[in-house]
Amino acid sequence: MSALLEVSGVTVSFDGFRAINNLTFAIGAAELRAIIGPNGAGKSTFMDIVTGKTRPDSGSVTFGEKSVSLLKLSEAQIARAGIGRKFQRPTVFEDQTVRENLTLALKAARSPWAVLVWRKSAADEARIVTLAEQVGLGDRLEQKAGILSHGQKQWLEIAMLLAQEPKLLLVDEPAAGMTLAEREKTTELLVDIAKTRAVVVVEHDMDFVRRLNCKVTVLHEGAVLAEGSLDHVTKNQTVIDVYLGRG
Amino acid sequence: MTLLHPRHRSALVFIACLALFTIGVTLAAQFGLVSTSFVKTLGKTLCLCLAALAMDLLWGYAGILSLGHMAFFALGGYMIGMWLMYARTEEIVVAALANGGLPATPEEVLQGIATQIFGVVGASDLPAIWSFAHSLPLQLALVVAVPGVLALVFGWLAFRSRVTGVYLSILTQAMTLALALYLFQNDSGLRGNNGLSGLQNLPGVTAGQDAVSLWFFWASAAALVVAYLGLHAIVSGKFGSVIRAIRDDEARVRFLGYSVEGYKLFVFTLTAVICALAGALYYPQAGIINPAELAPIASIYLAVWVAIGGRGRLYGAVIGAALVSLLSSWFTGGRVPSIPLGFGTLHWVDWWLVLLGLTFVCVTLFAPKGIGGLFDRFAGVHSPDRKGAALGPDQGALMEQEAKQ
Ligand SMILES: Nc1ncnc2c1ncn2[C@@H]1O[C@H](COP(=O)(O)OP(=O)(O)O)[C@@H](O)[C@H]1O
Ligand SMILES: [Mg+2]
Repeated sequence: MSALLEVSGVTVSFDGFRAINNLTFAIGAAELRAIIGPNGAGKSTFMDIVTGKTRPDSGSVTFGEKSVSLLKLSEAQIARAGIGRKFQRPTVFEDQTVRENLTLALKAARSPWAVLVWRKSAADEARIVTLAEQVGLGDRLEQKAGILSHGQKQWLEIAMLLAQEPKLLLVDEPAAGMTLAEREKTTELLVDIAKTRAVVVVEHDMDFVRRLNCKVTVLHEGAVLAEGSLDHVTKNQTVIDVYLGRG
Repeated sequence: MTLLHPRHRSALVFIACLALFTIGVTLAAQFGLVSTSFVKTLGKTLCLCLAALAMDLLWGYAGILSLGHMAFFALGGYMIGMWLMYARTEEIVVAALANGGLPATPEEVLQGIATQIFGVVGASDLPAIWSFAHSLPLQLALVVAVPGVLALVFGWLAFRSRVTGVYLSILTQAMTLALALYLFQNDSGLRGNNGLSGLQNLPGVTAGQDAVSLWFFWASAAALVVAYLGLHAIVSGKFGSVIRAIRDDEARVRFLGYSVEGYKLFVFTLTAVICALAGALYYPQAGIINPAELAPIASIYLAVWVAIGGRGRLYGAVIGAALVSLLSSWFTGGRVPSIPLGFGTLHWVDWWLVLLGLTFVCVTLFAPKGIGGLFDRFAGVHSPDRKGAALGPDQGALMEQEAKQ
């Protein structure tokens, strides 16, 4: 199986501090992967690199069937190539309605001219309604995103990601600030999404990761410490020492 | 998308008001109730409203505080002024030479025009930039092209390097100042500090200024309506949603796949062109244009009008521009009685700016939504008062309460 995303030998330093150290990582086209690791391990920085927010000092990042290098593309071009990202804190457009938020994310041409003449088709409307219902916001389409609860904002952001129809989803700590019931629903949603596309989930909560039931990558000091099933990595002595042992 | 949708109500009301106003002024002018110069003042005000509309799209919707857009307004005026002055001078020169008996050669006419226009700056040749001034269509094309290309180049350089916020504002101030200083030079080819004058005289038109002033008043009203409808369509659709999103969180918009820089450049250039067209309608009514029109303060006024009127809503910008610029010409016109105070006299000509400044500070502090915010109050729309703080996470419940109040 050829990888959808391949990160190899990537290094990033901030003022001499190596946040990512010779990191190598690959994920297939329809795979769910969890990334765990202590605070400051470089999980968010890893996502910054893949989405073009941070440029690595060395190494390569390639994506897609044709293995295009992402290092020369802008954030917007990477997003258009099919990589969607959910940030650690929920970032939706609070001053706009749920419907407007979803419309913005909906897969369509992104250039100013195309957007200027864009008209919502019946199919677009149906898709927006379906997505909103999928995350339990079906009756809130006309409300401003700012008045949603924290968990609902997280879901709206996930729905926006789905609306983009990306090939790869990067999800940073989706369960933060969610109730147990909300977490369970989020797990189901992620597992379901990963049937058709690649999903990388960064999460601290071990129960959450266990429910995802997927391959786990442990990051430590900017490099991969262990990789495999959750049971496999939790038996690894170094992992216990640097990460699990502390909790 | 029917016209009666509540979303379009404000546009319909606006157009109805403007239509009534136009008819009212026209009738008043016909019956001699208002002077020609007052009709011109109103026509000019409509042009300023048009520029304010553009500023609102740029600042209120896209969040780009340009403090240089009046440079584009003035450039539009200069471009149309070149044709007006050339064609008018040509008429005079041809008439003068005809008195000599023999018909004048084209060279003589051209030389005559050049000396007439450039005598004041001690030159007698037409500079190269006047090459198109003989043709109205070409010069009209330049009204759009010159400010448009300048905005495109300036915007491209600024947005590509991701200059934002106060740095961008300063950069635009520098741009308008540099242009003004350049135009002040006698060899800039636009008559230095003399500027272009006599622009109220339309070549080949024998009608009096009372008629001409009404034509321009109507043209300004028509331009305002067209621009209002166009911009309303833009901001109420997906494009408006994208630029508001850029205003609120541009990094997030990038990760949705939109080229933020492309959108900023688009809006910057579009608004520059609208300002240029407004200027091309304004200066024939003003009659004169000189480099002082590009002074940095002019663009700051534009921002003040939009802030006082209420940014982020189109009618707010129009109300702000109309109200403040009319009040300003009233106060500075010397017709407002001075107020005698015990220790001295309050002359409005001097103190109007202080009053305007205070108003601006008060609006910023107590009514951030400007005059337009009053309409929300009447309509019963409440918005949370968070002193500009972000509507952060974990406050969802509170927000719901606020919305219900
Ligand atoms: N822009 C930056 N400038 C300086 N240091 C940074 C920057 N981004 C991340 N870091 C540092 O890199 C390390 C990894 O951070 P991060 O990727 O956010 O960790 P986490 O695994 O908790 O998401 C941290 O020590 C952080 O302080
Ligand atoms: Mg993190």
